[in-house]
Amino acid sequence: MKQWQCLICGFIYDQAQGLPEEGIAPGTSWEDVPADWLCPECGVGKSDFDMVEV
Amino acid sequence: MSRLVIIGTGLAGYTLAREFRKRDQDTELTIITRDDGSSYSKPMLSNALEKGKSADTLVMANAEKMATDLNARILTRTDVANIDTTENNVTTDKQTIPYDQLVLANGAYTISAPIGGNASEQIISVNNLDDYRIFRSQLEIGKRVVIIGAGLIGCEFANDLSSIGAEISIVDLAEQALGRLLPTTAADTLKEKLSALGVTWQLDNAVTEVNKGDDGLVVSLKDGTTLNADIVLSAIGLRADLTLAETAGIDTGRGIMVDRFLRSSNEHIYALGDCAQVEDLHLPFVMPLMNAARALAATLSGEQTAVNYPAMPVVVKTPCYPIIVCPPPRPVEGAWDEEQTDGGVRATYKDADNKVLGFVLTGDLTRERMAMSKLVDDWLV
Repeated sequence: MKQWQCLICGFIYDQAQGLPEEGIAPGTSWEDVPADWLCPECGVGKSDFDMVEV
Repeated sequence: MSRLVIIGTGLAGYTLAREFRKRDQDTELTIITRDDGSSYSKPMLSNALEKGKSADTLVMANAEKMATDLNARILTRTDVANIDTTENNVTTDKQTIPYDQLVLANGAYTISAPIGGNASEQIISVNNLDDYRIFRSQLEIGKRVVIIGAGLIGCEFANDLSSIGAEISIVDLAEQALGRLLPTTAADTLKEKLSALGVTWQLDNAVTEVNKGDDGLVVSLKDGTTLNADIVLSAIGLRADLTLAETAGIDTGRGIMVDRFLRSSNEHIYALGDCAQVEDLHLPFVMPLMNAARALAATLSGEQTAVNYPAMPVVVKTPCYPIIVCPPPRPVEGAWDEEQTDGGVRATYKDADNKVLGFVLTGDLTRERMAMSKLVDDWLV
């Protein structure tokens, strides 16, 4: 499973874990995270994220 | 054609430029920076070791690439000497640059405590990538680190340094870690978790002198203890850089005073980020500046937009014990209601009417951040 990292604050979105507390189920791929979703730590959008190697 | 000048290429300056260019591709944009103009994530400076990043690999784009991406002229290693508010121009050590609108995003500097000794000038602090490069080069020489300050940055660096087996001591005047932010159970647990990683604590204590010794630096403490160190890292806080604002004669308080439109007392000059105080709030964190950048980008492109601040919890990057703090943004009467669960601490700061004014979540409970934030009123509406 891939992880995506926020370029601004370093927050990592882990596909395996999802973000259940924000209604994003474990296993949700990055592509399926809503387009209007914002980084929970700094508020930037999906376009400001980049993929990081695990 | 109108001319926009931004001073600073930190998160505030570059985020504003990026947001502005989404709305306006024509305005002539000049960005002036004292450093090399690299775009990097400042919050990552305190977890780069664990992530295997160096000062160089933290750079996401150099100034040249940023200039192309932003269609901007970026003047690097350039100090602004003066702002002439009559002629509306900025004088650097090299040239004079006219502006129609000027944005100060020149950040904050680190506070240093008065410390004596013949090596006190070797105390470092990390507030930008250049500083970080020095810190990492010193780590190549030795890994005994004394950190002055048990606040956010001090604890984050301690956690990060433990990942490379550094020998870490933290010194603070306060009696607990994150003294101003955490209630006691959470603070005690953080201290225990960092201790388990090998961190030693000198709380209710202070560094009085740093001297050269036979084996690196000798750090003397108020209670008479001495510590040997290769690096002394000071992390006791930030203060807005007001020098330029003062030369321009604009109003300052804890930061450059701006209204909800990020406008200073001079109608052509705006400020955001660590150097700015929006109404009564000076909040040197990422989320406030992102909110400010989006609002200001809109205003500068012709659509007057006031910044709103929701409650903005801060994530403490201590992976050994995850913490989210949402302190009341203004001094307010209240008391902590702290609950220790198997998953972590859930603490709320409440007033006499049981209204939640702030909160702390630790461990697995950090996932309750969204729900808890909803209980807290917006900070600036």
